[in-house]
Amino acid sequence: MAAPVAVPSDAVSGHTRDRALWGTIMLAPYVLVFAVMVVYPVAYGLWLGLNWNSYRALFADPIFIRTVINTILFLFIAVNLKFLIALWLSGFFVAQRAWVRIVLVIFILPWAVPSIPTILSFRVMLNPENGMINQQLFHLFGIVEGPGWLTDPTLAFASSIMVHIWKSLPFWTLILITGRFAIAQDLYEAASVDGANKWQQFKFITWPSLATLYVTSTMLSMIWTLGDFNSVYLLTGGGPGDLNHVLSTLGIRYMRNNNLDLGIASIIVAMPLILPMVYFMVKRLSKGAE
Amino acid sequence: MKKALDEGKLILIAIPVLIWTLLPIYHLFVLSISSQEAMLAGTLWPAKPTLQNFQIVFQQQHYYLTNFWRQMFNSFFIAISTGLLTLFIATFAAFAISRLKVRGGRTIMNLALATYLIPAAFLAIPMYKAMGSYGLLNTQAALILAMVALASPYAIWVLKQASDKLPKELDEAAIMDGATSLQLFRLVYLPLMKPSMVVIGIYALLLAWNEYLYAFLLLSNEKAVPLAVGLGLFLSADDAPWNLLMAAGLLYAIPPAVIYYGFRKNMVGGLTAGAVKS
Repeated sequence: MAAPVAVPSDAVSGHTRDRALWGTIMLAPYVLVFAVMVVYPVAYGLWLGLNWNSYRALFADPIFIRTVINTILFLFIAVNLKFLIALWLSGFFVAQRAWVRIVLVIFILPWAVPSIPTILSFRVMLNPENGMINQQLFHLFGIVEGPGWLTDPTLAFASSIMVHIWKSLPFWTLILITGRFAIAQDLYEAASVDGANKWQQFKFITWPSLATLYVTSTMLSMIWTLGDFNSVYLLTGGGPGDLNHVLSTLGIRYMRNNNLDLGIASIIVAMPLILPMVYFMVKRLSKGAE
Repeated sequence: MKKALDEGKLILIAIPVLIWTLLPIYHLFVLSISSQEAMLAGTLWPAKPTLQNFQIVFQQQHYYLTNFWRQMFNSFFIAISTGLLTLFIATFAAFAISRLKVRGGRTIMNLALATYLIPAAFLAIPMYKAMGSYGLLNTQAALILAMVALASPYAIWVLKQASDKLPKELDEAAIMDGATSLQLFRLVYLPLMKPSMVVIGIYALLLAWNEYLYAFLLLSNEKAVPLAVGLGLFLSADDAPWNLLMAAGLLYAIPPAVIYYGFRKNMVGGLTAGAVKS
């Protein structure tokens, strides 16, 4: 009598053991990579960051304070501008037209192609002397001395922001497009029957539905923007005259000059910027997971 | 009438969007077919378009391009290795977390995602130091491992989402038939996960192909670096032959663009749907 019951339960407990064993084995490669490539380096970096002398040296570097200000400006201008444009463009791209979909396919290009050829293309194009932009300003409008896109400190900074937006705008626009598609269409139909205009539809339907996604994406984008090295380094190299460094290019610069301690210190000083965003993201994500 | 007005408004948005998107790419193309003099003239289209730049690149006839083919091969090798290794690691991990429900699996996945809360250029600095202590600095293995570490958390997460959608009954039926976990993985899981695995493999491959910073930090030997770093060397020249750089850059940008557009539907759907859910 007991036999038929015992066989499957044996099979099940055997399976549970098998499962625990293989589960551990299969998770192990990632755990190893994570420990070796992320946990150890970060812990080691934090430990190196306990060297107070490097902060003194950091604050003594004349370009450091300027770099901090640049970083904050870069972050707030680039991220907010990018998201306002992305929000607006996502409204354009949800128009139900075949040709708009083709425009979207082209619009994604900056996201798909590598940074190095495209940002260097910007660099040549914006060259104040023989770049295409200023040469065309001369040919078309007779402007002999066009703007110093990469030689004037303010314009060079603005140009890096522009390049950063060019590269990262498509991804975030796609995210907001996906968000807009998740909004029920009959809400808009009902609203337009009630005589709501475009602005009212945005204010009462689109924005309330997108707000969470918009804020979460903005936070994540701030972290990624802080880690963007290419837009500044490949366009201006932090110039002219080291005036346009951000913390990421400054940290790498120290490191390349064999000054690892200063490199570590320059990223640790960004903690007050990062930690609130991380706290916010973790709270958001754990709420979403429930 | 209103229809035509709406259409007009859409077109008024589309034109600047297209110019904005395409201008630097168009400029890249124009320079790649310009002679040195035409390049310095900054015209919208060269008077005498030429393919000579490509010829110089192909035959490696310039100081900065002596290792062009070697570096192109390196780019392929690093990207494909990263794609395969990420796929291997992430598929196993997603199966362990989602189907075998290994203890602590979810926590590990969430910790893994925290990798993205460390700005990339910041993580690069301690990672460089760690590579030094592992004795891997200036080896392609260092770059491949770094790229796998950066691609895996998202890969695991996307694969886990896809895996959670597979019906539980499949596993139960297989287990009743006496299948081991390994057989479950091979016979039930892998065939059903193929579409998501393609997207993730390509995602990791493109990530590695397009990477500049980590490659530039972790590798320095001109024969070992991928093409991105090879092209970056032009930056140190006072009087760089930009038209040659653009020709080489165009060749470098074509593979990811082709792959990307070949799998566009899957990529955009797979990658952005994941992002919105969080």
